[in-house]
Amino acid sequence: MKFNMSKIIYTTEIPGNGHWSLEMRRGSLLKMTDIQGGANLAMLFYNPRNLLERYNAPDTLKCQHTFKLQKGNCLYSDMGRIFASIIDEQSAQKDGCWHDTICGNSHADQIEKRWGARNYQQDRNQWLQNGYDAFLVELAKYGLGRADMASNINWFSKVIADDAGNIVLDESIQAAGNSVTLRFEMDTLVLMHACPHPLNTEKEYPFKPVKIELGEADPVRDDDYCKNFRPENQRGFQNNELYYLGR
Amino acid sequence: MSLIESQLNSENATARFTVAAGDYFLKEIKQGQTFRIVDLEGNQAADVLFYNAKDPSDRYSAMDTIRAQGNLYLSAGTKLISNTQNTLLTIVADTCGRHDTLGGACATESNTVRYSLEKRCMHACRDSWMLAIAEHPEFGISKHDITHNINFFMNVPVTPEGGLTFADGISAPGKYVELKAEMDIVMLISNCPQLNNPCNGYNPTPIEVIVWN
Repeated sequence: MKFNMSKIIYTTEIPGNGHWSLEMRRGSLLKMTDIQGGANLAMLFYNPRNLLERYNAPDTLKCQHTFKLQKGNCLYSDMGRIFASIIDEQSAQKDGCWHDTICGNSHADQIEKRWGARNYQQDRNQWLQNGYDAFLVELAKYGLGRADMASNINWFSKVIADDAGNIVLDESIQAAGNSVTLRFEMDTLVLMHACPHPLNTEKEYPFKPVKIELGEADPVRDDDYCKNFRPENQRGFQNNELYYLGR
Repeated sequence: MSLIESQLNSENATARFTVAAGDYFLKEIKQGQTFRIVDLEGNQAADVLFYNAKDPSDRYSAMDTIRAQGNLYLSAGTKLISNTQNTLLTIVADTCGRHDTLGGACATESNTVRYSLEKRCMHACRDSWMLAIAEHPEFGISKHDITHNINFFMNVPVTPEGGLTFADGISAPGKYVELKAEMDIVMLISNCPQLNNPCNGYNPTPIEVIVWN
């Protein structure tokens, strides 16, 4: 599934401790690129018409019988609808990308123990922001709070588990130029931050920026890769069609 | 997988409750109390959420619990961590060995995706939770607070290649898990009514909750 790059209409960069939120329309594209290698972009989704409808990691994983997110996967709400589909990805590794959605965010105390305290007075916009507080800031802009913070996606971060369930952040696939492209299947409030993955143990706070490109997607065809990636996804797309019935 | 049996005797219990499949259980447990959830007939999933009794926005967090112990599965010794990094409870005994916290609860909406749009009216865990919070506003729990839960007695193995499946249960009649409350907490259980996958052996059965002071 290729998309026309000429339809990219806005490009920006999120610094490696930054956060942002925006509403994406049904049929729009969001492409993320790890500029230097080693970036982490955390993301949450909400339905702007009903903020109680949110990204649901357990449903997303069990509906598609997967622990990792990759091209072809759809990102489900708790109401059986698809916020977005992963329509494209570029990876330095042959076996493709692998994105975490179970490890959550770094917290202030973890960041302080690892790299030092957050201090705007001293560090200005190079402060050591943490993922949890970054999401709290964006949530509050929409009247949401910590109760609304679901398990998020961590793009570009591969977390693997052994047979006993022990988890580790596998940094071997991280590389400059890795990218993921989302196509939004319904109007979606998107929250994001580029703070370090909670399992990141680099010596210095990793200020790894992410390029964001926004654009328009081609119409979803019957032979769409994501729609046919799993039989469950066909039913997810049916639920979305019902949601937009008459509109 | 570590199996640890309890030294507590159910004859000395403070309270005992049987929860039928498809029903909910919503009660406060005080700091220091211990309770046991018993899989009476085997292969039954108990979908459980925990809250700080003083503030339901401080609640069990699957992602913080997994990250804190560096492991996906819950077992004896696991500390259940909240979204604000409080330790809500500790698993003190476990004769099942492994419990899931990745799979979430069944919902009528996710059932449409997993099985068929025409199964939307089959009973599901989240509907039990919705009825529980509607019938008990005194706990102050709303849909905002309904989040990723624990599935006691459910077996959801993850492979090194990144696969995830709902496998046959490793539980059996009389297996149990026992937890000690480290704070005053509220426990919300849905005794799972799912009929479409092996999480209940296609035959949902009762569980028992036993509480000691």
